[in-house]
Amino acid sequence: MNQHINPGSMRADDGIEKGGMLLHVDNISLSFGGVKAISDISFDIKKGEVRAIIGPNGAGKTSMLNVINGFYHPQEGTITFRGEKRRRMRPHRAAKQGIARTFQNIALFKGMSTLDNIMTGRMTLMHSNILAQALWVGPARNEELAHREAVERIIDFLEIEHIRKTPVGRLPYGLQKRVELGRALAADPALLLLDEPMAGMNLEEKEDMSRFVMDVNQQFGTTIALIEHDMGVVMDLSDRVVVLDYGQKIGDGTPDEVRNNQKVIDAYLGVAHD
Amino acid sequence: MGGEFWKMPTSGSNAGREPVTFPQYLLLNAVRFADRVAMRHKDMGIWQSWTWKEQLEEVRAFSIGLQEMGIGPGDKVAIVGTNRPRLYWTFCAVQALKAIPIPVYSDAVAEEMAYVLNHSGAQLAVVQDQEQVDKILSFSEEIPALKQVIYDEVRGLREYDHHQLYDFADVQEKGRESLSANADLAKQWEDNIAACDGEEISAFLYTSGTTGRSKGVVLKAKTSVKAAQDTVKFDHLSADDSVLAYLPLAWVGDHYLNYAQGYVSGLCMACPESAETVQHNLREIGPTFYFAPPRVFEGLLTSVMIRMEDASALKKKLFHYYLGVAKKYGEAILEGRPVPLAGRIAYSLGNLLVYGPLKNTLGFSKIRTAYTAGEAIGPDLFSFFRSLGINLKQLYGQTEAFLYVTAQKDGEIYADTVGKAAPDVEIRIADDGEVQFKSPGMFVGYYADDEKTRETVTEDGFVKTGDAGIFDSRGDLKIIDRAKDVGKLNDGSLFAPKYIENKLKFFPNIREVVAFGDGRDFCSVFLNIDLTAVGNWAERNNISYASYQELANLPQVYQMMTEHVAQVNHDLANEPMMAGSQVKRFLVLHKELDADDGELTRTQKVRRGFIAERYGPLIEALYDGSKEKYVSTEVTYEDGRKGSISATVQISDMKIHAPAAALKEAAE
Repeated sequence: MNQHINPGSMRADDGIEKGGMLLHVDNISLSFGGVKAISDISFDIKKGEVRAIIGPNGAGKTSMLNVINGFYHPQEGTITFRGEKRRRMRPHRAAKQGIARTFQNIALFKGMSTLDNIMTGRMTLMHSNILAQALWVGPARNEELAHREAVERIIDFLEIEHIRKTPVGRLPYGLQKRVELGRALAADPALLLLDEPMAGMNLEEKEDMSRFVMDVNQQFGTTIALIEHDMGVVMDLSDRVVVLDYGQKIGDGTPDEVRNNQKVIDAYLGVAHD
Repeated sequence: MGGEFWKMPTSGSNAGREPVTFPQYLLLNAVRFADRVAMRHKDMGIWQSWTWKEQLEEVRAFSIGLQEMGIGPGDKVAIVGTNRPRLYWTFCAVQALKAIPIPVYSDAVAEEMAYVLNHSGAQLAVVQDQEQVDKILSFSEEIPALKQVIYDEVRGLREYDHHQLYDFADVQEKGRESLSANADLAKQWEDNIAACDGEEISAFLYTSGTTGRSKGVVLKAKTSVKAAQDTVKFDHLSADDSVLAYLPLAWVGDHYLNYAQGYVSGLCMACPESAETVQHNLREIGPTFYFAPPRVFEGLLTSVMIRMEDASALKKKLFHYYLGVAKKYGEAILEGRPVPLAGRIAYSLGNLLVYGPLKNTLGFSKIRTAYTAGEAIGPDLFSFFRSLGINLKQLYGQTEAFLYVTAQKDGEIYADTVGKAAPDVEIRIADDGEVQFKSPGMFVGYYADDEKTRETVTEDGFVKTGDAGIFDSRGDLKIIDRAKDVGKLNDGSLFAPKYIENKLKFFPNIREVVAFGDGRDFCSVFLNIDLTAVGNWAERNNISYASYQELANLPQVYQMMTEHVAQVNHDLANEPMMAGSQVKRFLVLHKELDADDGELTRTQKVRRGFIAERYGPLIEALYDGSKEKYVSTEVTYEDGRKGSISATVQISDMKIHAPAAALKEAAE
């Protein structure tokens, strides 16, 4: 039986075995002026797993994602992605290397259709020059057709055929979130960063989204790091969880281990910090 | 490739022979319509298509694959899912092996589905996706006969135990391998199809089970084919026609209109991308033959009207002006009746500016024949679509008939009848008013339920429909009510409550109606006004009101209702069978009938018995001649609290027309 189908990606095939080390961050510290957002954090993400990053408000979760995809540059520490060590990297480099993300506040092109929005996710994979693309000739034409097919596969996967041509600004919130996931998937990511994919959703929308996240992980074998506040979702979906509080790592392990970790319980129940 | 046999030889013992099974039609079509498109499906944003030759190849590969899995004559194969090419191919692939396809409603709850699978004894199920696989796995212990499951869409199923679970594509692949390994296999398969004499069972279609357990209607190949041949001729369907298959696969309408008529006529069947995209796909395909229940047409009309409200003033004016023109001349032009030249010019202008673009938006541009059935359709609604130039007709059908019992003929279209008997169908009305029929597509019996079969089929071979009907003066059938609800007034005239209720409900100002009269001297009704429509009217006329109760009790509203009832009485007087049940007295209820109070079912049907009990004093007042009556009724609010509404309800008397007088009046 064929286990997983990668959606045509060369990038996802990096020779790392499932369960092997995909990314590790070592001793990362990040501060804005005098405010220390992250201090001395290390953890890893294994290939093929769903890794959750949780913590109370202001714990540094989104900062951590921003460090991973190169949006913030940490003052200290290193990030190793697929064996390549670095400290500073531009976001588009990260995208080219196969890191895609969605945002806490939806960041789609509101006036563009679902199809076009997802198509923008393919941008880093396009090779033909801008003139050829504008004239839609030769290789550019074939290239676009191939990309369109990949996008259609994602539309089919996320069950959003009926809104293919609808401007995303007119879509309800839950569907916009799904389109954003689609755009991230379109980049054929080796690592998918999801920043609160279920925030603001009702129960049914959350269930749908959870199923899509699971299917992405199982069917495409995509490694996923997600930030989420809904503990039920986190505990059900993730293989391992890292817990941050006030910029420090206070727990790391399987959902069960984390659930029984006294420091984590204290952080969530609000014990006074010394 | 074989198939020569099906070129309908002009000489020899098979000269002029027509196919008697659907697989035989597949072989024939692969020759006569070889490169014409048989099937379309929108997948990945693109309409994929298969010609009849390719369809034969797909069906054959799957059929051989099934054969290797051990499916043979008499075996039962359940089909669960929405309208997808592979599921339609399964019908034919199964029939080709003389096995029996059994479509099951894909939205059935697990218990209902388990019942059908168990009752039919299906040993293999071909299903659409993970949802259906999960459903079947959830009750697999209750259905020991079911051994194997084949799925169309692999998504989410990779990690499942594939012990008895197969991918459709893999089964087809096995079939293809066997076909290329054994050169005789294809010929054997075709010979087996050719050898069929049409006595084989074509399918079990389970009734939807709104009244009790669903029953498995057994259909024979030969009769099914004959029925389809008749209606294909009736509506002049050919390989140039196209349909969009969007109705439930397990429903007789879909199986008949799309599959059976499709194979017989060679028309092109298109499967939508998903249930949500039907409206888009309709527009893209532009079918020539279309079926929808009245509520779909109602929904379309409402959405058109609402969207026009947001249009610019000029567009609105054009729209309403030309709708007026269409109302005046549209139907006459459609039916080829004489129309003054000025009318024709105005109508063609309207077609250019309004009807054409509107039909295009709805996907109705190419429609030659459209049908509606299932419930009464309002005359205004019916005329609206016909006046746009859409040949909308009515039919009356049943699973037991393999659909058609009656159908309206072009040029003989009326909103209040379902037409004359379909070709080769015999209809009679029993003494108790029940419609009975004998038809070419008539079922063999209910599967494994002889008792029900005996209850339904009379000794001389007519099928009881359970519906009461009458023939009007033109000889067209009118379905008036369920037979068990039809009663008699004390003077012996027929009383069909739903018939009267529907007539009144076609007025937009009336929301609900309950008619009484069985075993009484005359007919009387309770009315519920439509708060939106009447409220709108009140607003336009500067009439203020605080509640439903107050609005319902206004003299002007009573006047409005009196006019509506008078109109209905006038119509009824023109119908000899119904003239006796004109409405003599009516009242407007002081509260809206509500499912929370148990007065309506959850599907918004009136619970007549319950209402009669609850409002007993009001009914008595209708019959004892009082002019008004004080009542207090307990109500349940949405949060579960109880309260009561009390009011003095007015009762109005109506004029009753003598049947002849009304006729004379109409003639003047």
